[in-house]
Amino acid sequence: MNNIRELSKDESSGMTIIVKTISRLVLSFILLFGFYIILYGHITPGGGFAGGVILSISYVLLMLAFGSKVALAKLSNFWASMLDNLGALAFIVIGFLGLTGGYFMTNFIWHGHPGQLISAGIIPLCNIAIAIKVSAALYAIFIGLSIYGRIVTEEEK
Amino acid sequence: MNHILPLLVGIPLGMSVINLILSKASKRISDVIAPLAVLAVAVLSFYLLGTETTAYWMGGWYPPFGITLLYDGLTSLLLIVVNTVAFLAIFYSISYMEKYTSKPKFYSLFLLMLAGMNGVVITGDLFNMFVFLEIASIASYALVGFGVEHEELEASFKYLILGSFASTMILLGIALTYAMTGTVNMADAATMLQSIPASKTMAFAAGAFIMGFALKSGLVPFHAWLPDAHPSAPAPVSAMLSGVLIKAIGVYAMLRVIFNVLGPTAINLNIMVVLGALSMAVGGFLALGQNDMKRMLAYSSISQIGYIVMAFGLGTHLGFIAGLFHLFNHAAFKSLLFLSSGAIEHATGTKDLRRLGGLSGKLPVTTTTTIAGALSISGVPPFNGFFSKLLIIIACVSAGRWFLAALAATISVVTLIYFFKMMRFSLFGELPAKLQKIREVPFPMAFSLIALSVICLAVGIAYFVGPTFSELFLEPGANVLLDGLKNNAANYISSVLGG
Repeated sequence: MNNIRELSKDESSGMTIIVKTISRLVLSFILLFGFYIILYGHITPGGGFAGGVILSISYVLLMLAFGSKVALAKLSNFWASMLDNLGALAFIVIGFLGLTGGYFMTNFIWHGHPGQLISAGIIPLCNIAIAIKVSAALYAIFIGLSIYGRIVTEEEK
Repeated sequence: MNHILPLLVGIPLGMSVINLILSKASKRISDVIAPLAVLAVAVLSFYLLGTETTAYWMGGWYPPFGITLLYDGLTSLLLIVVNTVAFLAIFYSISYMEKYTSKPKFYSLFLLMLAGMNGVVITGDLFNMFVFLEIASIASYALVGFGVEHEELEASFKYLILGSFASTMILLGIALTYAMTGTVNMADAATMLQSIPASKTMAFAAGAFIMGFALKSGLVPFHAWLPDAHPSAPAPVSAMLSGVLIKAIGVYAMLRVIFNVLGPTAINLNIMVVLGALSMAVGGFLALGQNDMKRMLAYSSISQIGYIVMAFGLGTHLGFIAGLFHLFNHAAFKSLLFLSSGAIEHATGTKDLRRLGGLSGKLPVTTTTTIAGALSISGVPPFNGFFSKLLIIIACVSAGRWFLAALAATISVVTLIYFFKMMRFSLFGELPAKLQKIREVPFPMAFSLIALSVICLAVGIAYFVGPTFSELFLEPGANVLLDGLKNNAANYISSVLGG
């Protein structure tokens, strides 16, 4: 954690102090809004995909404002790829667990009362799995776009 | 209710993810789990053979509200073709893919493509079909560009653009069908469409569907991507693309939509005949002039897909049998030929016919299998290609289409000519000085080559000997198409909606 704090103070990487200060303020709200969209996905508009995109945006903003070192220290490309796979795996496992209710993808958990946060059986769980998958995948794509470069040949130099 | 049906998609989809997670610990694990996953799916598809028509309601949601999976005669044939070829291709790639850097990613993409194809084959829902079609297509775009060299990326990009256009057209067709019927369940949409009068909207939707699927299956004049994409991919992927992908997400999906949803009207069938005959002729003549071995095979795929689609378009029982038989055979010999050309490329480092020659002395196994594949596709008895081409010609004659019969016979001779050219320039003649030190391919590659050659020969003999092969594999599929042609798909609709 200390390392991240030092890295974020490094003025040579990332954008200006104005962008950094504002980003520091709004980042946690973006993250929180993402969690809200995911967890309330089954009762309000939104869901796993939309929430996951918002979550990944907070990391993208971190990378844009503070540079890739800070963002990668928070969540490395290894873990982005890992979470991407684990999210997808979680979704498939939920589908297979549905077989206990009779069919693949059956909503086998207690459904609760419509409109309440704890309701709708497996749907919130699916939303969370999708959100993990989507957020990690979009962040990994952004890492791919930013840290890989074209090899410049001798002639072009 | 048959719980195996969702597993056909679930196993490859799940294993593609598990494979990536485990490969972070050890790269060797992928070599074991990916082929085992495909083997499991292949065994399941053989296990299902002979089961009666069943529908599976995902999550217990009954049609038309939920997604329905359906297993019938046509599905059973396609599942066996797709999964058998997939297993042999992935077993082959254990040693072939050594020269590429990230093998686990290859396996995962391969498994995703397989999941998509199996999904397209078993689904009974239009939109679900589109989703699986996109899974298979997107995985194949990545696989075509897997070598990340200039040529491969260019081919992949071209394939991506044209493939996305095809997908958009298919989505447009689905949207119009949904607008007219209010449902995306295939059987329910078919019932609705039979009760409303024919409209221009549905004619346009039919056009969009046919164009999209024709682009996916590489029919002339929508074939521009195929001769670039298929040769650029690694050999096992070429074998999958040419052998099964263009059939599963092109021809099969077209058949399902035309025969089970839109209804096989005279116009739809005639479009299939014209597209098929055109591809057959143009693909055949373009293949003659190629010097790149895999490019020649790609043009040959266009030509052979033309045979298949033309046979289906005849709209007779014999035509359906002939089309399904040729579809089955083409999957076997075209994947065999692509894998053989990959073996030659693996051993010699080139696929340019002008730089090859005299390989028969150095590569006995590859030579034998290449000859087996070439004789099968050219229609030399007792190989399987002879019987299916003969059936197609007989079907044309019995349908009174003499011109098509003559064209099919002529193109069959053209096929023989260009495969003789390929064998003459690669296997026989003088061995170039550079290629004196080449060695035979390793066991996994040789195993797949021999297995496919045996299939080519055994299927030909099995068809000749008795009716068992035809009754087991071809008749159930032809009956599904016949039900769509004669019976307004009544059996299909009742088996989906009735559960």
